[in-house]
Amino acid sequence: MRLIAIGLVAGFFSALFGVGGGIVVVPLLILLVGFAERPAMATSLASIGLIAAVGTISYALRGDVHYGYALLLGLPAALGAIGGTALQQRTAGPMLSYGFAVLLAAVGIWLLV
Amino acid sequence: MEIVAVLVIGLFAGALGGLFGVGGGLIFVPTLVLLVGLGQVDAEATSLLAIIPVVVAGTWRQHLYGNVRWRTAAIIGLTAVAGIELGVLTANALPEATLRRLFALLVLLVAAQLAWRAYRAGAASPE
Repeated sequence: MRLIAIGLVAGFFSALFGVGGGIVVVPLLILLVGFAERPAMATSLASIGLIAAVGTISYALRGDVHYGYALLLGLPAALGAIGGTALQQRTAGPMLSYGFAVLLAAVGIWLLV
Repeated sequence: MEIVAVLVIGLFAGALGGLFGVGGGLIFVPTLVLLVGLGQVDAEATSLLAIIPVVVAGTWRQHLYGNVRWRTAAIIGLTAVAGIELGVLTANALPEATLRRLFALLVLLVAAQLAWRAYRAGAASPE
């Protein structure tokens, strides 16, 4: 039940503000479901795949996707993700929470101004 | 030059996405709008496609580390697709500025809650 609520909320806000679902999924998995940081962040990443795939298809049908730029950003980003997950695996849980809190605070301030 | 900047930002966004379990759209969308000059809708559409390699590479590594809870990910992913429809309907019905401020406040509260929880856990069991 909680998982369904988290999914709905994540999709809802990502459609409204274009923020990734991950910014919603990670804290809710930690605070509501009691996940530790690493599984919460790993599971969030996996769940975003479906959102991104469905979103890409619906935008692509309308001709809004710029494939060249998606590749220019996405391919180096895949390498970055491998490095990022390796770093996460070596970082203590509370440090990940603090880092994520800083990221969230930055997003909150960015949305306010 | 612009292409080099896009490649470097892509690398950074992917690292952030992998580290914190977010897709990287937070960085992709402003980059595409401000640096490349795409409109907001095209930037969000292109960002969604750029997120897919991040998710594939990051989830593959996380699966090897044993961190992914697949059932949870599937439930959240499927219901999020329904949530997107709700979001689109709401965006058309309510003033966006108000929603944006409410969401920003909520995000700040959650950030504080997360930091407080980590601090309490650290105080309860010093490592």
